[in-house]
Amino acid sequence: MRRLVILLLVLLAILHQDFWYWDSIYPLVLGFIPIGLAYHIGISITAGILWALAVHYCWPKDVDVPDESFTTEAPAAEVRR
Amino acid sequence: MIAALNAGQTAVLVIALYMAALIALGLLSQLVLRLTVADYFVASRGLGSFMLLMSLIGTTMTAFALIGSSGEAWESGIVVYGKMASWSGIIHAAMYFLVGLKLWAFGKKYGYVTQIQFFRDRFESDKIGLLLFPILVALLVPYILVGVISSGTAIQSVTAGAFPEYFKETGGAIPYWLGALVTCLVVLYYISAGGVRGTAWVNALQTMIFLVLGVAMCWIIAAKLGGPEKATQMVIEHNPTRLKREVSPADRQHYEARLAEWNADPKKAIIKPKAPHAASKTEFTTYLFIPLSVAMFPHLFQYWLTARSAKKFKLSIIGQPLLIMVIWVPCVIVGLWATSAIHDGQPVIPPEFARPNGVLPLMVKKLASPMMGALLAAGIFAAVMSSMDAQFLAMGSMFANDVVGHYIGRDRFTDRQLVFIGRIFIVIVVAASFLLALSWRESRVFNLGVWCFTGFASLFPLLFASIYWRRVTKAGAYASLLAAAATWFWLFRDSQYGKLSEQAHWGLTPATLVFAAATVALVAVSLITRAPSRATIEKFFGGGGHAR
Repeated sequence: MRRLVILLLVLLAILHQDFWYWDSIYPLVLGFIPIGLAYHIGISITAGILWALAVHYCWPKDVDVPDESFTTEAPAAEVRR
Repeated sequence: MIAALNAGQTAVLVIALYMAALIALGLLSQLVLRLTVADYFVASRGLGSFMLLMSLIGTTMTAFALIGSSGEAWESGIVVYGKMASWSGIIHAAMYFLVGLKLWAFGKKYGYVTQIQFFRDRFESDKIGLLLFPILVALLVPYILVGVISSGTAIQSVTAGAFPEYFKETGGAIPYWLGALVTCLVVLYYISAGGVRGTAWVNALQTMIFLVLGVAMCWIIAAKLGGPEKATQMVIEHNPTRLKREVSPADRQHYEARLAEWNADPKKAIIKPKAPHAASKTEFTTYLFIPLSVAMFPHLFQYWLTARSAKKFKLSIIGQPLLIMVIWVPCVIVGLWATSAIHDGQPVIPPEFARPNGVLPLMVKKLASPMMGALLAAGIFAAVMSSMDAQFLAMGSMFANDVVGHYIGRDRFTDRQLVFIGRIFIVIVVAASFLLALSWRESRVFNLGVWCFTGFASLFPLLFASIYWRRVTKAGAYASLLAAAATWFWLFRDSQYGKLSEQAHWGLTPATLVFAAATVALVAVSLITRAPSRATIEKFFGGGGHAR
């Protein structure tokens, strides 16, 4: 599933280049939104859905830092090289 | 009582109430502020999902999302949404997921409150801070100025006629300098009072205002134009090329016929057609490099660190493309309608009108109520201030932690003293921004915005490699920074220092070229120089410790 979500996100970026609608106004979605704009509204909605899948299936394992390792001190390695 | 006020006075009332609400929120956040570096600059890493989402949206959406998007749609048509908004929705979320989460984890684990602290550790180099600090400050200053200039201009424009006896020279409007000053003082107050928590609370309110405002404006304007279908039909009749991205021979004939009609009898034709122009496919594709800039915004880094846990990022990642859509779509649609809007037999936008940023305020002024105009002004301030506050705070944090704390010695200051130093630096930056905004009001500072984004985007390869590539070296990092700076400056000079806006090279955005130069230098120099130490690799990549 993880690979599928990544593949779909890459596909979304490719489908963003909708050169096939470059010269089209019709159909008017909801009677007033030209297809070129409606398509990109669809891209935004699809992006929301795909990122929801990504946070569910592709969540990195190493980012959940336990509270005991939290420090309010300045960085330990104040390097001066 | 409100009915007795004129449009300018209504605007003043709404703006005053709005500013009072921000001050009240600043006061409330002060009650829970603890004067420690971690609390003041990163809210003790304690913000929840909703506040993080609202803060991030408020910070990344500037006044351009409201007035700039309508103006661009009026000028260039629907291409603006795909080029800027839908690309940003995909890329911003990717940046939060791939970069923000990792930096948050490093920040929590090692106590970072600024980007420079991370880079110093990751590249085992103290000097990299000396190079990065001026670069980040120089890229942030024009960005801040855009906000200050926008707020002063907006206040003067919406309060016209409010106090004719006091401000004769501006036709009764609150003068530009006073509007900019009040905005700076209010922002300064709530930053100073509540630190990043105060700005997060204020930004949550501001983001909700401009989320609702765009939809409400679009609804009211559509009704005045006879419904959304009729408003779009007017565009198809007069300026069809604004609803697509190609210009066919038939479109040119249509334009010439409409222009001839208008030249023969402007009153009968009503709308003067706008010259058609096709959108560049190369530019459309390579615009993806611009939103990469968010990964390197110091103010965004600061907000990422405020998250209570990694899971709190989830809503921000999912919500990013959706909320950008909710803000942009109504404004773009109003901008499209503005090209051909007719009300009471007259064009809503006069044929000689040439200020794209004035399109949305003019549509609201002519088609909605004075109260709506005043709320639009509040929405513009919301967008401006929610970016500006975080930028000021990031500057204060960088100065206190990366300059004073680092070079004079962190142990020589208490937390209270460092917060005080940060606050003083913020006061200096706010004062300098206000003074610069007075003298640069008529300059090309708005054109500089895209160059700031290009600059931040050019730092992305360095950031990404530092998180995901063990083999990236200190020398590679310096080479990348220098290559990016040199290419950026060459292109900037070629555009006559921002005068030509974006001077295209082979149809590519400048960000593409700077990004390529920074990446090539980073990879090439890293591969031929000594790999980072085993300790550093273990620190940032875990076991193994081998550079690959």
